[in-house]
Amino acid sequence: MTKRGHREIIVEWLIESVIRLCGISAILFVFGIFFFVFREGGAVLFKDFKFGEFFFSTAWYPSSPSHVRYGTLALLAGTFSVTVLAMVIAIPFGIGAAIFVSEFCGPKLKETLKIVIELLAAIPSVVWGFIGLTVLNPLIIRLFDAPIGLNVLNGGIILALMSVPIIVSIGEDALKAVPDSYREAGLALGATRWQLIYRVLLPAAKNGLLAAGLLGVARAVGETMAVLMATGHAINIPTSLLDPVRTLTATIAAELGEAPVHSDHYRVLFVIGILLFLITTVVNLTADLIVRGVRKK
Amino acid sequence: MIPAPHIEIEGLTVHYGAKPALRGVSFTVQRNEILAIIGPAQSGKTTLLRCLNRTLDHERHARVTGVIKVDNEDIRRTNNVYDLRRRIGMVAPLPVGLPLTIYDNVAFAPRMAGITDRAELEQRVERCLRQAALWDEVKDRLHTLGTKLSGGQQQRLTIARALSHDPEILCLDEFSIAIDPVTTMRIEDVLKELRARMTILLVTNLVQQARRLADRTAFLFNGELVELDATEKIFSETPRDRRTYDYTHGVFG
Amino acid sequence: MNAPTPNIFAATPLARKKQRREQLARAVFFTMALLLVVPLVLIVTYLVVQAWPVLSWEFLTTNPKRGMRAGGIWSALLGTFYLVGFSLLVAAPIGILAAVYLNEYAKDNWFTRIVNLAVINLAAVPSIVHALFGLGAFVIFFGLGKSILAASLTLAIMTMPVIIASTKEALAAVPQSFREACWNVGATRWQTIRHVVLPNSISGILTGVILQVSRAAGETAPIMFTGAVFFKAIEEGNLFAYGLRDQCMALSMHLFTISTQVPDVPHGLPFATAVVLLGTVLFINALAIILRVWLRSRKKW
Repeated sequence: MTKRGHREIIVEWLIESVIRLCGISAILFVFGIFFFVFREGGAVLFKDFKFGEFFFSTAWYPSSPSHVRYGTLALLAGTFSVTVLAMVIAIPFGIGAAIFVSEFCGPKLKETLKIVIELLAAIPSVVWGFIGLTVLNPLIIRLFDAPIGLNVLNGGIILALMSVPIIVSIGEDALKAVPDSYREAGLALGATRWQLIYRVLLPAAKNGLLAAGLLGVARAVGETMAVLMATGHAINIPTSLLDPVRTLTATIAAELGEAPVHSDHYRVLFVIGILLFLITTVVNLTADLIVRGVRKK
Repeated sequence: MIPAPHIEIEGLTVHYGAKPALRGVSFTVQRNEILAIIGPAQSGKTTLLRCLNRTLDHERHARVTGVIKVDNEDIRRTNNVYDLRRRIGMVAPLPVGLPLTIYDNVAFAPRMAGITDRAELEQRVERCLRQAALWDEVKDRLHTLGTKLSGGQQQRLTIARALSHDPEILCLDEFSIAIDPVTTMRIEDVLKELRARMTILLVTNLVQQARRLADRTAFLFNGELVELDATEKIFSETPRDRRTYDYTHGVFG
Repeated sequence: MNAPTPNIFAATPLARKKQRREQLARAVFFTMALLLVVPLVLIVTYLVVQAWPVLSWEFLTTNPKRGMRAGGIWSALLGTFYLVGFSLLVAAPIGILAAVYLNEYAKDNWFTRIVNLAVINLAAVPSIVHALFGLGAFVIFFGLGKSILAASLTLAIMTMPVIIASTKEALAAVPQSFREACWNVGATRWQTIRHVVLPNSISGILTGVILQVSRAAGETAPIMFTGAVFFKAIEEGNLFAYGLRDQCMALSMHLFTISTQVPDVPHGLPFATAVVLLGTVLFINALAIILRVWLRSRKKW
């Protein structure tokens, strides 16, 4: 073999190794995230950590001099309430918009709507938070005569607007995946488009739409800045839409700066991070499995 | 004395998953001969060519056993597969113009092989385009996109590209499938000239094309080499195998 | 004698009812889609109107003054520029090569599935968890301290999936026959990728890179604890005013600070900051869209 030939093989092998390494890096990063978050927060778990208190107490007094409590129930309730409200708004609208985009509108309008949705998805979360603060806040105070406009309702609406784009785009994919032969068969039988959607498309795209909803949930649970700014920052279990709350993510963002490094408080915030990591991982993998199932069919 | 064969294939078997595509095919090809490989669709002709230049390696589910030797070297053990491929020119059924200019299409392989000298590249491009009978039609627009040419011109461009790295073996896989009869005849003339310089493997489903060009013809059916013989014998009334007669006389296929 | 022949195509009551329902459904779905578009337009208009009196060239090029209650956003703007630039420098090569691996080299097996799942998961990890990771890994473990370097690395890892996803899609759109044509003439795998596959998917790759930039510019949580500070005055007009190991201000963080943490900020200031941030992000995105449409129109195959 020629000298050039040898060099060629070696260069090729080197490049392939670099590319392989970059490919594997995604795995390294995911494990790295878990490892380093655990490394900072894990210590507190093995030092008579009160799991019962962590999950079932509403008492969150991280910096109280005598009565330190790390109960996240109220924070969980905050995350839960805002997420549920956001999904109640976003899922119907997102799927409705997906149906409109995929079934009712012409190619021009479709292109335009998709661009708008893409731009909607691009708005940074801190700008959404700012909108909650300066636009929705006074609006809610005036409309509902509420003492404060930063509450579950505000956060829910903001999160809904933030999650809609992903629901629309995944939902549209799901509808697009329904074979055209279904549509043609339905129309040939004299069904109107509405009947077609209701009786044929929605059942056929059921899994994809479910996945769209799940991804919306993951987005809403993990969102930080917007809820930090728009939900009012009060640790309590909400009893009405107009109660201010605080979410898991907002708690980390608000308190990490003040917690002394490697104090218990600091570590517990990392434990909340692990919890969030696990929740979003499970939700996303479930959504992925559902989507994959759809493709296989 | 019989000269050493250029290509030797022994017991070549290929499976795609569990499905066999070639079953124990063995034959030899002499230097500077045109060997036609005929047979109906799905009989393993393309697979055979892809084994020869080892692009079948990229197929995820293909399993290959058997031995292929070029100039007495086992190509399945060579450690520089790119060297091997540069010894073989390959023309696919449908013309694939790379989205480059005509010039760059032909200069691609020499450049990848490390030739950077401008004059040498230009000379080579001209020579290959002439050999492929395309030069006169494109010499004034070498720097326009190759994909803008007509189908027949694109196929000749593909041939020019296959010649650009000076192969000693030229494989053509049903090259006339997408072009008109006139162009086909022109390319056939080109092949007759090229055989002085290289060995040509011509896969075709036009039996008359094999008859016009080939010294010897192989009939492949269902992954099996039914018969390989002098072209006149294969197309005569008395080939050794009944199936060959049926195929060449249009009883099936 | 001329009894009118009954029109067999006349609408029956049932058909009319169906028709009405069809129109109703269409109207409802249209409203839903419209309700996505309207807020975007309204919000942007409102923000711009509120910010208008403050916006000026001077606003962009002067530091915040008097406890961030006056002056401009220079140090935040430059900080965002640094953070985005360095995160891009890290995320783009790794992300693009990762996509090349997944589309060109990876075999169809369980390992590749795991890599794909990891990419999806990386995109899904909440931004605040990325912040925790950046703090634990880059700031503390690797000893970079709170710095532009640590914050950019955190941003890079967070936004990499954007690049991977769009690059992968772009590579998959290049016809397989191009690759085979290259292999047939003895080009190596990398030569094929470098000279044919990448040049023909450059539009999709660029779109991914641009989207990464837009995403990185808007993020707040991941940089909060890894390198961004509330306030820092730098030399005005000097593009090299920050060092890699410095902490910096950032637009997104600055918006958060002056709208929630600092009392008595003049009304227009946070609006102007929001408009600059939003404008930058939407502009970059629009760029990606225009690029995509333009390149789609002059595809060579």
